[in-house]
This record gives sequence, C-alpha cells and structure tokens, in this order.
Amino acid sequence: MSAPAVTSLANAGGTALAAEALPVTSLAAAGLALRRDLTLALRKPAQLIQPLTFFALVTMLFPLAISPQLSQLRQVAPGALWAAALLASLLALEFLFRDDSQDGTLEQYALSGKSLTALIFAKTLAHWLLTGVPLALMAPLAAIALGAPTAALPGIIAAVVLGSVSLSLVGSIGAALTLNIKRSSALLSLLTLPLSLPVLIFGARATQVAISGGSLIAPLELLGALAVLGVTLAPLAAAAAVRISLE
Amino acid sequence: MSFTWFHRLGSPPYVYALAQRLTPWLAWPAALLILAGLWGGLVLAPPDYQQGDGFRIIYVHAPSAWMSLMVYTTMAAAAAVGLIWRIKVAHAVAAACAPIGASFTVAALVTGSLWGQPMWGTYWQWDPRLTSELVLLFLYLGYMGLRAGIEDTQRADRASAVLAVVGVVNVPVIHYSVTWWNSLHQAPSVMRLAKPTMAASMLVPLLLMLAGFTLLFGALLLVRLRAEILARERANPWLKEALAR
Repeated sequence: MSAPAVTSLANAGGTALAAEALPVTSLAAAGLALRRDLTLALRKPAQLIQPLTFFALVTMLFPLAISPQLSQLRQVAPGALWAAALLASLLALEFLFRDDSQDGTLEQYALSGKSLTALIFAKTLAHWLLTGVPLALMAPLAAIALGAPTAALPGIIAAVVLGSVSLSLVGSIGAALTLNIKRSSALLSLLTLPLSLPVLIFGARATQVAISGGSLIAPLELLGALAVLGVTLAPLAAAAAVRISLE
Repeated sequence: MSFTWFHRLGSPPYVYALAQRLTPWLAWPAALLILAGLWGGLVLAPPDYQQGDGFRIIYVHAPSAWMSLMVYTTMAAAAAVGLIWRIKVAHAVAAACAPIGASFTVAALVTGSLWGQPMWGTYWQWDPRLTSELVLLFLYLGYMGLRAGIEDTQRADRASAVLAVVGVVNVPVIHYSVTWWNSLHQAPSVMRLAKPTMAASMLVPLLLMLAGFTLLFGALLLVRLRAEILARERANPWLKEALAR
C-alpha cells in the first residue's frame, strides 16, 4: 500500500476509504484503518493519558481507604489492581467509536464494501494498543505501590497484557451497542461489566499467584483462552451492533 | 406437509388472537399445579431431618432459579430468531421475556438468601451459584436498560437481540469462571441422571411446582406479548377491529 494513500486516509478523517480507484482487500483496508487510528490518536496524546491517570488515581484510593501498611495492601493488591484496570478500560471505551461515529467515518466503513468485521477488529486492536498496552506498562508501578514483590512484576505484566485484550474486545460490543444513545456511560458499564467478570476473576487470580510466587501457567492459559474466544467472536458481534446503530 | 401454520406465527394479528385464546389454557393448569405443589410441599411433605421446616422454601426457590435460566434461554432464542429471519413477533417475545425473567431471578435471590440465614448463618455468601444468579440479574437489567435507551423500536429490538445472544455465549463462561471458588451450595439433588436423592414425598411437590412455574411463565409471557403487540401495532387498523370484537 502506498504512503500517499495512508496519509490521505488520515487527513480526510476516513472518507478516503471507499475510494474505488484502489483495489484494496478487506485485510489491507483493516491495516489502513489501524494505521489511521494510531496516527489520529497519537496527535491527541492528552486523551491517551486520561485513562492511565484514572488508573493511578483509583489505585491510590485503596491505600487511603484500607490501610497504608504494605503487608495488608499486598492481600488486596490483585483485586485492587484489576478493579482499577477494569474501570480505566471502561473509561477509555468511550473513545473507541465516539469520534468516528460523529464525523461519519463509521458509516463510510459500513458502506465501503470491505468486511466491517475486519475494520471494527482493526479499530479494537488500535484501541488495545493505545490503552491496554500502556495499562500493562503502568500495572507494575501500581503493583509495587500496593506492596507486590519485584519478582511478581513480569507475571503481572503478562496477565494485564492478555486480560486487556479481552477487556477491549468485550468493551467493543458494549460501545457499539450504545453508539447513538445519549448519556450512555452508565448503560455502557451496565452492559460491559458483567461480561468482563471472567477476565477480572482470572486476572486477579494470576496476579495473586504471581505475588505468592506460584506457577503462572494455568491462570495465564485461561486468560489466553478468553482472549482467543474474544478475538474469534467479539468482532462479529461488534460489527453487527455497529450496523444496527447506524440504521 | 404444509408449513402455513408456521408462517402465520410471524403475523401480529394472528399471534395476538392466538395468545388471547391460549392464555387460560396455560394459566389454569399453572394455578392448579402450583396449588397442588404448595399443598404437597408445605403440608404433606415431612420436615427434613437436618433442616427442619426450613427446607420448604425450596418449593419456591428452586423453580424460580430454574425459570430464571429458562426465561433467559427463551429470550435469547427468540432474539436470535428475530435477528436472523427479521420476524417482528419474535422480537416482541424477547422483549416480553425480560421483565418476567428478571422477576424470577429476584425471587430466586431473595428466597435463597432467606434460606441462607438459618442454614448457613448468613443472608449472603459469595458462593458460585449465588454469584452467577446475581450476574444473570445484571444481564437482564442491562438488556432492559439498552432497550429503554433506544427510542426507535426496531433498532432497540435488533441491538438488544445482539446483546441477548452475546449474553447467552457468556453465561457458561461466567458460570465456570465464578466456580473457581469452592461451592457452599448443595450439590444438585433433583437434576441427576441417577436416582434423585430426595424422598418421593418431597420430590413430587417440587416437580409439580416446576411444571406449574413453567406454565406460569407461559401464561405471563402470552399476556405480556399481547401488551407488546398492542404497543407496537397501535397505529394499525386490524387492532381496532380486533379490539371492537
């Protein structure tokens, strides 16, 4: 794919995707959509930092609310870490489709004749790269602040990387369903949180095992299984939901 | 073989009349079965040798919990039918299911916690089955919330149908992930392929209640379905004729 095509896509806010002149396969279109989302997001870094700040803030609430003693905090650390990660990813979900729905990009995607599932998956992937991965990089800081030993950090990073894939995918369904609803944030959390519970449970379990120094294979495999299930099914549901919301 | 009866199920006037005719055929047997089950369960069945009379709450609790799952399955199946074949009546069935299912779920949770206080010594325990039931309640509430949030009926139908189908895929995943904790709940004593572990004098009323609750759900569903059709077809002339009759 040529470089001018990519830049024009990013500049025109997405209207270029339907260009008939380019013989673009669905996969290539998804690649373009991914690059476009990353480019646009990196131009507005403030929006990227918000969920991370929120994550740090929520983590700070636990020592203040429970006890500043690290021995006590270590016991609640897995739960606190994952509750904070879940809330931060929920906050970030509002950015997933909002701008593209307002400026008509999503409609162009739906009309482009390319697989909407592939395009929505690309958008979700971009969202994960922009929120899930930074969250995984922030998680060790929060874990240390909550009294986790240094040896646990690689395991915690791996758990958050795998878990945030599922969180982004499950969230994409909720975000797509609530696209054209006014004041939808409460509804979005009502739809998304119950479906995210398995990630919370296995993620907190993996973190607990990492802190106590056990074998991480089983909990990480379960988190990976959830992520695979999500990659397989969630984009289909999210694309169907986007189509319905655009009707 | 003719399939015209099946096609007619997609027509609101036909289903409206059918629901009206079928309601008493479900409601009366439901009332009789529930009365018989209550009589058998509360009067005839002997007290449990460990739980005393406290076990009798099972006659409301178990059927409610059973219905909470069955209604969700029905709702998701109707939603899927509506989504795939674009049948309006199927969407109306799904919409009618949600409040009934949520009520059964609340009934199961309340009776379960009332039973838990004397038996476990606490109203609430984060036991896997209780937790799954609570999550199920939130799934119902999310479904109804999404439906209420979208004004256009057709869009609400289709969006909530996607949610119901996603929910049905997720229910087993949620259930098995929640089962990570050790269960305090009794192992199933009715739904076993081997011989049930309950005495017949206790089991028969429970089965009567199960059948009664299932028919009750059918009757409630038909009444709510008629209300849904009334609201959806309010501008159509056939409705005026049907109501004038």
